[in-house]
Amino acid sequence: MESLGNVIMYVIIALTIIVFSVLAVTTKKILRSATYLLFVLLATAAIYFQMDYEFLGATQIAVYAGGIVVLFVFAIMLTHKPGEDAAPLTSHKRILGLIACGAGVILCVAALLGYAKFCSQSLPSMSDFTIDRLGEMLLSTDKFGYLLPFEAVSVLLLACIIGGVVIARKR
Amino acid sequence: MDLTLLMYLIPSLIMFGCGVYGFITRKNMIAMLISLELMLNSADINFVVFNRYLFPAQHEGMFFTLFAIAIAAAETAVAIAIIINVYRIAKNVDINKITKMKF
Repeated sequence: MESLGNVIMYVIIALTIIVFSVLAVTTKKILRSATYLLFVLLATAAIYFQMDYEFLGATQIAVYAGGIVVLFVFAIMLTHKPGEDAAPLTSHKRILGLIACGAGVILCVAALLGYAKFCSQSLPSMSDFTIDRLGEMLLSTDKFGYLLPFEAVSVLLLACIIGGVVIARKR
Repeated sequence: MDLTLLMYLIPSLIMFGCGVYGFITRKNMIAMLISLELMLNSADINFVVFNRYLFPAQHEGMFFTLFAIAIAAAETAVAIAIIINVYRIAKNVDINKITKMKF
């Protein structure tokens, strides 16, 4: 049995994700689309908090809500002329999009129904996963260590910074 | 009432479907990138939820999501740099009007 607060929290998160992700791809104004994306990302962070991964939720808020959405807003400001009314995001190939989306969703629902018993288990309790344990795993080289991907990501981010500056600079 | 695995997979599935729909129907490059973020995010949710429900003693899915977030941030930054550069050359970001690189 879950506590009532957890269930209410879950309903709020699920409704936020469903409503705002539909709005983000159907709205006509691009800035509104970016705002709805922000709400979806915050609800995702709430799911991570509910799964007891506090560090992951904090990362999601810091990187996505704090970084990527701001980047999106700046890019929208830079590529759409201010003052004049922005051209609406008129959709094309709407039938094709609906078919692709519907086919994918129906396939996944069929697969989920095939694993109905597997999908109906409730949340098991997790052994104590503190932030210092996470730090040790991230920087260790033994079996469950993640030092190599950690360093690879740092090189990737450096390459991304240089690439971003080189591509977007004035010539 | 129990919160089961399925109850977290359904919102994630709907988010992914929205991402696919938006990626096909949008004409604006930045709107397509927003749909791409929705798809990436739903995959991240699935990693974390499967890890937490099926293998609560291990944390591979959580670390995978952590690195996926970092890579998604890098990918978005480079994509936005490219879009701004395209805007400088072609003066718009509509995928139907950018035809300079067509043969």
